[in-house]
Amino acid sequence: MKASAALPVAVVSASLIAFWYVAAIGLNWQVVADMQARAGAAPGFGEMLSLTLSHNRPLLPAPHQILVELWDTTVVLPVTSRRSLVHHAWITLSAALTGFAMGTALGIVLAVAIVHLRALERSLMPWIIASQAVPVLALAPIVIVALGALNLPDLLPKAIISAYLCFFPVTIGMVKGLAAPDRLSLDLLRTYSATRAQVFWALRVPTSLPYLFAGLKVAVAAAVVGAIVAELPTGAQAGLGARLLAGSYFGQTIQIWSALAAAAIVSASLVGLLGVTERVVAQRLGARAG
Amino acid sequence: MTGVLALLVALVGALVVQRSSRFEGGVLGLLAPLAFGATLLALWEILVVGYEVPMVLLPAPTAIANRMAASAHILAQDFAQTFLKAVLAGYIIGCGAGFALALIADRVPFLRQGLLPIGNLVAALPVIGIAPVMVMWFGFDWQSKAAVVVAMTFFPMLVNTVTGLAAAGRIESDLMRSYAATHRQTLFLLRLPAALPFIFTGLKVNAPLALIGAIVAEFFGSPTIGMGFRIATEAARLALDMVWAEIIVAAVAGSAFYGLVVLAERAATFWHPSIRG
Repeated sequence: MKASAALPVAVVSASLIAFWYVAAIGLNWQVVADMQARAGAAPGFGEMLSLTLSHNRPLLPAPHQILVELWDTTVVLPVTSRRSLVHHAWITLSAALTGFAMGTALGIVLAVAIVHLRALERSLMPWIIASQAVPVLALAPIVIVALGALNLPDLLPKAIISAYLCFFPVTIGMVKGLAAPDRLSLDLLRTYSATRAQVFWALRVPTSLPYLFAGLKVAVAAAVVGAIVAELPTGAQAGLGARLLAGSYFGQTIQIWSALAAAAIVSASLVGLLGVTERVVAQRLGARAG
Repeated sequence: MTGVLALLVALVGALVVQRSSRFEGGVLGLLAPLAFGATLLALWEILVVGYEVPMVLLPAPTAIANRMAASAHILAQDFAQTFLKAVLAGYIIGCGAGFALALIADRVPFLRQGLLPIGNLVAALPVIGIAPVMVMWFGFDWQSKAAVVVAMTFFPMLVNTVTGLAAAGRIESDLMRSYAATHRQTLFLLRLPAALPFIFTGLKVNAPLALIGAIVAEFFGSPTIGMGFRIATEAARLALDMVWAEIIVAAVAGSAFYGLVVLAERAATFWHPSIRG
């Protein structure tokens, strides 16, 4: 992020958080007021404020309540605990990463095949695009049930859904990237009488890297979504999606929001990690900084 | 026997695809993908029927088609509940709100600089997880699903519109300035038209997102109607033919929705190089 954007981002973020607090007070007011009235108490305004921000089943938990819950379920609780968010986040993350690896491999293979075989481009490409018009996440229950019937490990069905979501942005980016080298460079390699394989490794692959990483960033975010949603329909016992579902069954809003926050952190760190990898790879390949 | 038949169909299919892939454009250009799809369907039917794959794993295409014909009214009800109510309402509100905030942010550079990185960050987050919260706030009916769709479509629209509004060329902007055009005139005559390709990108990205959001939100609780509800319950009952029937309805609806947006894009941005070709 450029330094010039730091101040506006900070101000906008701060006003969002302030708005969140106001919304939390407003949304929880009625709940707290009813509860106090039933108890026969008539708290003053200041007391009401603090009660709305510390309710244990609020309509909207305040940011600090979510932070406390996050801290308690990650740092304070041992990782082996059934309530530990680290444990649940790892289950989701491992499925997402497995799916990401599978999807990326498939996406790259498809892209290389499409770039090299013309018949494939005409026949396969429309179907690859159509495959994404299918609301893929709606397939989740089928895949889970079908693969569950085969007695595969719990991780694999989730990974397959993630992979299905992943391969598309990778394929599209790679096809574009592999076709990106300009006429001049291709002609130069031709004058060197480079073979097709040499052109591929020396020119097409390096040129495609920025496109590949753009696709990978979209793909890894999609992989996390896929793994979370895949945990919903079967009522999985563990994972961030299971935490969301359990929280919504039992009205544990703080648990829902902390699971959401954990998912956001996992997702954002993965994208950030890819950004760093991209820069390192670009430097290794001798790209100029900037 | 089944294996031989499948191999034969695969070979014939591959041959047809190979032969037809030299046609470009027009109706004949559709031949290759259609042949590919038909081959896949035929292989699916032959393998499932021939090897007696249990329906729990994969129902045959004909079984799905029969189910679709038999349960047409249920499919229609679910479609109305999920698509016509939740998806459309959420899509219009979400895209509209994103567009409106982008116009405001365009007038206030400070807001724009603050919102753009946040919008890009949100794009990497699993927004769909907001679904249980929305169900809690807005109840089981379609309103909560529409709210999820709003949350999912808002940021892509915001980011794309803001980017698009910055896309007008320097020379054109200077020309408008030399005509002493007001902000409003520049906006409507130059910058909004220049932003249209970006705005349509946002609309296109959001079309499948909206459908997915509404269906997944129904997994968290819904009245006993809706595509997501049906998919979840029928999958739990192992009635996979019904699940596939819903998926096909969803796929057709999603593609048609996307197609409509593309048609609107072609009509609105006929001047853009990518469409003039």
